[in-house]
Amino acid sequence: MIFSLIIIIVLVLLLLAAAIYAVMQKDLLYATIATGVISLILSILFFIMQAPDVALTEAAIGIALTTIIFVFAIRHTSRREDEVLIHEESEAQTLDNKENM
Amino acid sequence: MKKILVIFMLAVIGYSLGTSFSTIKFGENRIGDPKEEKNVAAFYLNKTPDELSVANVITAIVVNYRGFDTLGEVSVLFLAATGLGSILYRRRKKGEHPEVITKPASQLLQSGSKLIYPAILVLGAYVFIHGHLTPGGGFQGGAIIATGLLLMMMAYKDFEIRHNVLTWVESIAGITFVSLGLTGLVYGKSFLENFLPTGNINDVVSGGIIPIIYIAVGFKVAAELAGVLETLLSNKEND
Amino acid sequence: MSSIDYNQIMSIGIYGSAIGLILIGLYAVLLKKHLTKIVIGLSIIDAGIHLLFVAIGYIDKGTAPIFSPKGIEMMAQGKTMVDPVPQALVLTAIVIGFVVTAVALSLVIRLYRHNKTARIDQIKSLKW
Repeated sequence: MIFSLIIIIVLVLLLLAAAIYAVMQKDLLYATIATGVISLILSILFFIMQAPDVALTEAAIGIALTTIIFVFAIRHTSRREDEVLIHEESEAQTLDNKENM
Repeated sequence: MKKILVIFMLAVIGYSLGTSFSTIKFGENRIGDPKEEKNVAAFYLNKTPDELSVANVITAIVVNYRGFDTLGEVSVLFLAATGLGSILYRRRKKGEHPEVITKPASQLLQSGSKLIYPAILVLGAYVFIHGHLTPGGGFQGGAIIATGLLLMMMAYKDFEIRHNVLTWVESIAGITFVSLGLTGLVYGKSFLENFLPTGNINDVVSGGIIPIIYIAVGFKVAAELAGVLETLLSNKEND
Repeated sequence: MSSIDYNQIMSIGIYGSAIGLILIGLYAVLLKKHLTKIVIGLSIIDAGIHLLFVAIGYIDKGTAPIFSPKGIEMMAQGKTMVDPVPQALVLTAIVIGFVVTAVALSLVIRLYRHNKTARIDQIKSLKW
């Protein structure tokens, strides 16, 4: 009885830690892997709450397919979150004037 | 300033959700005895082994009692796969050829995927054929098969699935689903009514049209997800 | 006495983590500037809602809702089964959530191709 309680508390703490890491990290590839870890822990929690169909679906779709779709999207866009695009000179001037007004 | 406002709003939302969900006691028995059907869950738990002879209650709910929602979900999947292909479409200029993956995969991936690919296909087929006896079903089996196809696509650069074959499999599976529903109408009852005889419980052939519908859904989901993955994999990298 | 404490700790743990996931995802959707990070936040909100739904349907000392030979034996002994209706709803919701994520990411890729950037505070220079 007390053993299952300890397991559930540890899983819940790992879940919240992975979610906070996924939101705070600037490198988007690491954030994607953290989203996969959230799906994994969620699948274990579904199994503990006696729902085997839902656990299978979350494991099959959330872990493999969502992670691969995010990796494809990162490959076609940028990898880091804080990349700044360098405009040309005249466009930068226009932007500065608009912000000063 | 914006950050403080957002954190304050999140605190209000969290407090209201917390107090309203703490009145639902965790683990309280709200169904009661399934023999006296006081609510919907007791009705489903009582009728499934007697009337339908299906072992998995969730399959019976998803395919038979709420079968129309499954038809809507399958059509939403189809629309999304079509929309994905049309959003990412690029017109090929003259003299451009599609991108080839120049670096081959490592030796571990190449030999390992050849060994494990038939096992993944058999596991996926097992999961959606026995959907009414064990946990599983069409969506899970289709996702497993699509993951196996993705493994082969990433290991070998000349492994390709023709779009023709995928489109034909998907269309035939969809037509099977809708025509089974319409046949229920022909027999004088309602749409998607169970008209085949139900056998004994825990047999492979039992439950009327439920295994047939789940097999069609399994094929359709596998073909759709494989098409989505191939659309994303074969686009060019830079402009 | 100890069983009441156990139930309360479980309910705070699981309801609290589901609501915590929803709030963390909402924070990412509202305050982050990169479009892919916003889509990650959307996926985290989905995960929190699914956990909340399955947690409502749980019955203490219940078993999985499958009538295998062992299950029929347990029902004859008087044990109860877990509520099957929220699980059927969550099954559909997981598949639809994945599809919404895929279409949102394809829109992000299309925006990146047009503007060469995926941050929303640098797309404001539209040429009209």
